[in-house]
Amino acid sequence: MNKSKIRNRLAKDKALLWAVCLLAALTAVPLFAILGEVFMRGYDQLSWSFFTEPTPTAYKAMKAIEAGEPIPGGIANGIVGTMLMLGMAAVVAIPIGILCGAFLAENPKNRFAQTVSYLTDLLQGTPSVIIGIVVYIWVVVPMKGYSAIAGSVALFIMMLPLIIRSTEETLKILPASLKEAGLALGGNRARVMLKVQLPAAFGGIFTGVLLAISRVIGETAPLMFTALGCSFIRFAVDKPISAVPLLIWEFFNDPNLQELIWGASLFLLLFVLTLNLLSKYLAKKWNQ
Amino acid sequence: MEPVTPILEFNKTCVSYTKQTMAVKYVSAAIDRNTITAIMGPSGCGKSTLLRAVNLMHNLYPNIRVDGEILLNGENILSMEPIDVRRRVGMVFQRPAPFPTMSIYDNVLSGYALNGIRLSKTEKDETVERCLKSVALWDEVKDVLNKKGTFLSGGQQQRLCIARALAMKPDVLLMDEPTSALDPIATAHIEELMSELQNKVTILIVTHNMGQAMRISSKSMFMYLGELVEYGDTATMFSNPSDERTKAYLTGKMG
Amino acid sequence: MNDKLYKILLFAAALIMPIVCGGVVYALVTDAYDAFEHFGFFKFLTSSEWSYTEGAEQYGALPFITGTLMTTMLALLFCIPFSLPVALFVGEYFKGTKVASVLSTVTDLLAGIPSIIYGLWGFYTLRPLIMELDISPQGSGILTASLVLAIMIVPYAASLSAEFIKMVPNDLKEGAYSLGATRAEVIRKVVFPVAGSGIFSSYVLAIGRALGETMTVTMLIGNTNNIPDSITSTGNSMASIIANQFGEADDLRLSSLIAIGLILFLITAFINLIGKMMIKRARIA
Repeated sequence: MNKSKIRNRLAKDKALLWAVCLLAALTAVPLFAILGEVFMRGYDQLSWSFFTEPTPTAYKAMKAIEAGEPIPGGIANGIVGTMLMLGMAAVVAIPIGILCGAFLAENPKNRFAQTVSYLTDLLQGTPSVIIGIVVYIWVVVPMKGYSAIAGSVALFIMMLPLIIRSTEETLKILPASLKEAGLALGGNRARVMLKVQLPAAFGGIFTGVLLAISRVIGETAPLMFTALGCSFIRFAVDKPISAVPLLIWEFFNDPNLQELIWGASLFLLLFVLTLNLLSKYLAKKWNQ
Repeated sequence: MEPVTPILEFNKTCVSYTKQTMAVKYVSAAIDRNTITAIMGPSGCGKSTLLRAVNLMHNLYPNIRVDGEILLNGENILSMEPIDVRRRVGMVFQRPAPFPTMSIYDNVLSGYALNGIRLSKTEKDETVERCLKSVALWDEVKDVLNKKGTFLSGGQQQRLCIARALAMKPDVLLMDEPTSALDPIATAHIEELMSELQNKVTILIVTHNMGQAMRISSKSMFMYLGELVEYGDTATMFSNPSDERTKAYLTGKMG
Repeated sequence: MNDKLYKILLFAAALIMPIVCGGVVYALVTDAYDAFEHFGFFKFLTSSEWSYTEGAEQYGALPFITGTLMTTMLALLFCIPFSLPVALFVGEYFKGTKVASVLSTVTDLLAGIPSIIYGLWGFYTLRPLIMELDISPQGSGILTASLVLAIMIVPYAASLSAEFIKMVPNDLKEGAYSLGATRAEVIRKVVFPVAGSGIFSSYVLAIGRALGETMTVTMLIGNTNNIPDSITSTGNSMASIIANQFGEADDLRLSSLIAIGLILFLITAFINLIGKMMIKRARIA
């Protein structure tokens, strides 16, 4: 074979390597661009009062802007709302999700389990805005009003498939000998699940729950039709309530509050990315 | 009569996976043209590692170092382009692995496709027929050339892989325990095939099967802990090994 | 607790799925019924009118179906030249190395960023850029939304494709190298064909993601209710028209929005089903 053809092929080989490296590196750019922008524009808004005070009214904000002062108030109403709804959703979604995941792991060949498994995929792939519509129909309409309960039902439905999948997958990769040893020692299946399998799967399930939380905490669209938003801190579950992503949406649409966007976004972004990294770190640690 | 020049020559060849340990230590040997040389030794002795050095397979893994010289027709391959060397030195692996996305026909020609060499339809047909005939697979598959290679039996797949290597007209064919994944009948087929191929190509075969080495090879190497302990005529080595370690291995006291 | 009770408990928990999914379909179908009855199912799909003048209300889904398909396909187009290199980087060139795990962490984090923050970034950074480059005067539109959408789906397509690229047996790759192929040739003629169906299915699932993405698109697409006539014009996707108008809609308009929701649900369910089936088959092969 002649030398120039070989050189040509080697040049192509090298070109592909460089193209792959370059394009792969470019993919990382948006992450740092977004982090950078949100951080640069938002860090000076983060103060103690930003976390302890509710959103100012548009009028107050306008006055502050006119006087050249920083906008007073913060996102405490959103943080409380997010925590309240997330808490309610998690308290129900975690046990049901784990039990359902255990059902799928215990009956891999069962026809019903296969249907459930398919439906889990279906629900996981359903756009969140549709979950919003459905919960509006289920909860908001009968209750004649937006509420924290409606918001938490939406978050619950979005968390459920994530928890089911992580539980099922973690239980499935446990060595079969673990379950058999438990059963051989005379434990019944419930006891073996509770005392042997679930503890062994704890790491995987825990990271799954963390990921599920980080996935739904930034959801905006479904909360727009269910929790609606509220400008002061409240703990009532049957009344409209705010959430951090809802506040960002509000700030985005209100010219007077636009300066608050970045502080709220920075808070949300840091929270979500920390949860992500934490779950990744824990997954790695527990896998060893 | 002129002396037969060696086609392949190892000159103090060393291979190391890590800085501290050498898997192949200072191997020197000359392989004659159109012979079958068997490389034997207990597992972990470096026989496959030595074989894979001949077509620069180790270059695929950045942490492996090859030192010394390996001369192919008098040229040191360690300073040549791997893709050029590999075209001239074919290889057959332990497990038959025809390309699952290609037909039997395309599998035979895969070397050309991979190297971006265009052949005319008649050249292609000729190459496929010639190579499949030389591995005695033609009669079995000539009617199903468009079927995927993975539909064949293990032995047939391995012969297809030999055909694939032969299609590139290599000077040397490396075989890394080519029959260890096959049943005895398929093994016998391949062994028969090797003696027929001998006048076309120089074969270097790694085997852990002493019977196989005795049946097919004219020369044998015995390796132990990375060293080439003994190299000579197969018949002599089996009847009268000169080294104690060879003797121990051949009599089943080692390995 | 005895075995029987345990089994019943697990079964009861699993019942939640058929109940929720059945409830989703039931709610969407009953509340979309008005719109379909009023306009006719086929007419609703193909009409491009969206006017809520009282007495002459006219709603059709075509502009939003078009908007959704355009943003999704464009996003897919922009996504491939980045997700494929990432998949090759992680799954082939630097498989198992530290730098590959750094890159997959980066893409995981990209996947974790909430959609509303992507929207903000698109609005405040990308939109001015598009205006400056004179691509479109208003900055927002199908193109802007698709670009950000592309960034959002890169992680899904890349991590799944990388999984299939990693699974290509080393035997095959070594076989190809032993015939004298370069790495580029091995990738093109062995890795891609063998991992092809898996890579393809990962793009199908990425499409499933892009179809229903709401906030980013709502913030960037320009929110006009006409059929977009070019990629730089404004429009609305199915998700964004819902996000925009659901809060203020009632009666027939509400029902029409829910009908759009039902159509979106069916399309994503169909795409996801196909994607999952293809992935299962690719994993077995």
